[in-house]
Amino acid sequence: MKILLTDVYRIADLARIEIQTDEAEAVLGQLSNIFNLIEQMQTVDTAAIEPMSHAQEMKLRLRQDVVSEFDQHELFQSIAPQVETGLYLVPKVIE
Amino acid sequence: MLGQSLKYLSAQLNDKKISSVELTTEYLNRIRSLNAKLNAFITINEALSLEQARMADQLIAAGNASPLTGIPIAQKDIFCTKGWLTTCGSKMLANFTAPYNATVIERFNQIGAVNIGKTNMDEFAMGSSNETSFFGPVKNPWDIHAVPGGSSGGSACAVAAGMAPAATGTDTGGSIRQPAALCGISGIKPTYGLVSRFGMIAFASSLDQGGPMAKSAEDLALMLNVMVGFDERDSTSLQREIEDYRRDLEKPLAGLRIGLPKEYFDQGLNDEVAHAVTQAIEEYQKLGASVIEVSLPNAGLSIPVYYVIAPAEASSNLSRFDGVRYGYRAKQYVNLDDMYKKTRTQGFGQEVKRRILIGTYVLSHGYYDAYYIKAQKLRRLIANDFTDVFKRCDVLMGPTTPTVAFDLGEKSDDPIQMYLSDIYTSSVNLAGLPGMSIPIGFGKKGRPIGLQIIGNYFKEAQMLNVAHQYQKVTDWHLQVPIK
Repeated sequence: MKILLTDVYRIADLARIEIQTDEAEAVLGQLSNIFNLIEQMQTVDTAAIEPMSHAQEMKLRLRQDVVSEFDQHELFQSIAPQVETGLYLVPKVIE
Repeated sequence: MLGQSLKYLSAQLNDKKISSVELTTEYLNRIRSLNAKLNAFITINEALSLEQARMADQLIAAGNASPLTGIPIAQKDIFCTKGWLTTCGSKMLANFTAPYNATVIERFNQIGAVNIGKTNMDEFAMGSSNETSFFGPVKNPWDIHAVPGGSSGGSACAVAAGMAPAATGTDTGGSIRQPAALCGISGIKPTYGLVSRFGMIAFASSLDQGGPMAKSAEDLALMLNVMVGFDERDSTSLQREIEDYRRDLEKPLAGLRIGLPKEYFDQGLNDEVAHAVTQAIEEYQKLGASVIEVSLPNAGLSIPVYYVIAPAEASSNLSRFDGVRYGYRAKQYVNLDDMYKKTRTQGFGQEVKRRILIGTYVLSHGYYDAYYIKAQKLRRLIANDFTDVFKRCDVLMGPTTPTVAFDLGEKSDDPIQMYLSDIYTSSVNLAGLPGMSIPIGFGKKGRPIGLQIIGNYFKEAQMLNVAHQYQKVTDWHLQVPIK
């Protein structure tokens, strides 16, 4: 699969990362090399193989639906970039 | 006391020959004299370390000591440590003081071990040379022009240079074993699910596993006894009987069946590494082991598969770094979306951004089946290869890395060459198996060489036995780079 410059900008936007126009070609070159390596995967027929999503075949545990954490919002918000009256502040999204 | 084994240090502490405060001070002095040159630690906090040492001395005085009580342990800066900076090697978390402890840290605290400092690492554990750290590269103590390996390069350097008797690491594609090999120490990545991932900053959750790094297999066993255990706060933590990983150390190796995967000895393997591995295998034959050639036919696909699965999981895990709740936030932005973008663009380094982009691409609409599902199917084939060979042998052996440590800067502009450093290690993570590296010699320039030992699931005690028996008849693990 050939990656194009438009793909680079599209995935960067999805990933919330900025790519400057003067670095886009270099990023494209590196990603193309990596995807050439990844392309080796297509040499093996895997039609009948079940995907392996995890290292251990295990069921997720369930727990009792009870409160297990206590309120630590002051501690957690003490390391936030910007807070006010218990709220995380971000730029206005609704005018 | 510097350079002594954990067992020896423990006996000295318990016999009151030395206090934990004295021992901790000795290591802190060593760090102070070497760290400017080697850059193995990101954070040292003498007051906090000495406070833990004083508490340890009280535990020992009260007769409540366990084997690692009072012993300084270096902690990889990926483990959240309450009250300590926990940076993960990134500008994104350069100001992050963890508000809680990782379970691994908690377990060391509970038995009264001393945190001697937080070790340098590749940013978010993404790298094989420690050069991607925001805090600068770590130097290999055997040769300061060489990389120490990565991502747990600071931990490997700290142990090799005698700045800590043991350290923690994490291994997603080789990040314990590869730096252990390149720095001439021992390290083990346990079976996936044995060591809790709670509070261990996530890179690729289905592959990440914490483990110990130390001088010898015997020391690794003591460390594993502390680190392994069920944790309900990690959804993939395994509920199993508690093991004493020292229990089989002294078993003789007669009858041990060693499998040598032929794919690990192909043309990519450097001659001096091949030579050292061959000599180590001969030593094992003298100890009564038999050797058979085996094949892992899909091993060659482990790097392509790894570089789909690990970045995919990373792109998802690292989406949490948005400048809202903790960590770095860009200074100037025009709206919320711009704040996210500027924060992430400025806060992440080049390699992390590269992997986020790969991961975002392989998970994006239209490419998910062709890349991500395809990689998961191949992951099963890679795991099945191991299941097949473990029917015929007890452990697998081969090189940990294709070459000895390379020079700083040698591969930093070539991601593909860097990725190939993990060619023998990443398949073990994909399968979820335990793997370790022990020192077996040196190349011509005096740079260390490691032997990789791969075991079947939950066979850590046997692997440590296999390593320990070799270390009883050789002294590679006792060599030190800096007196």
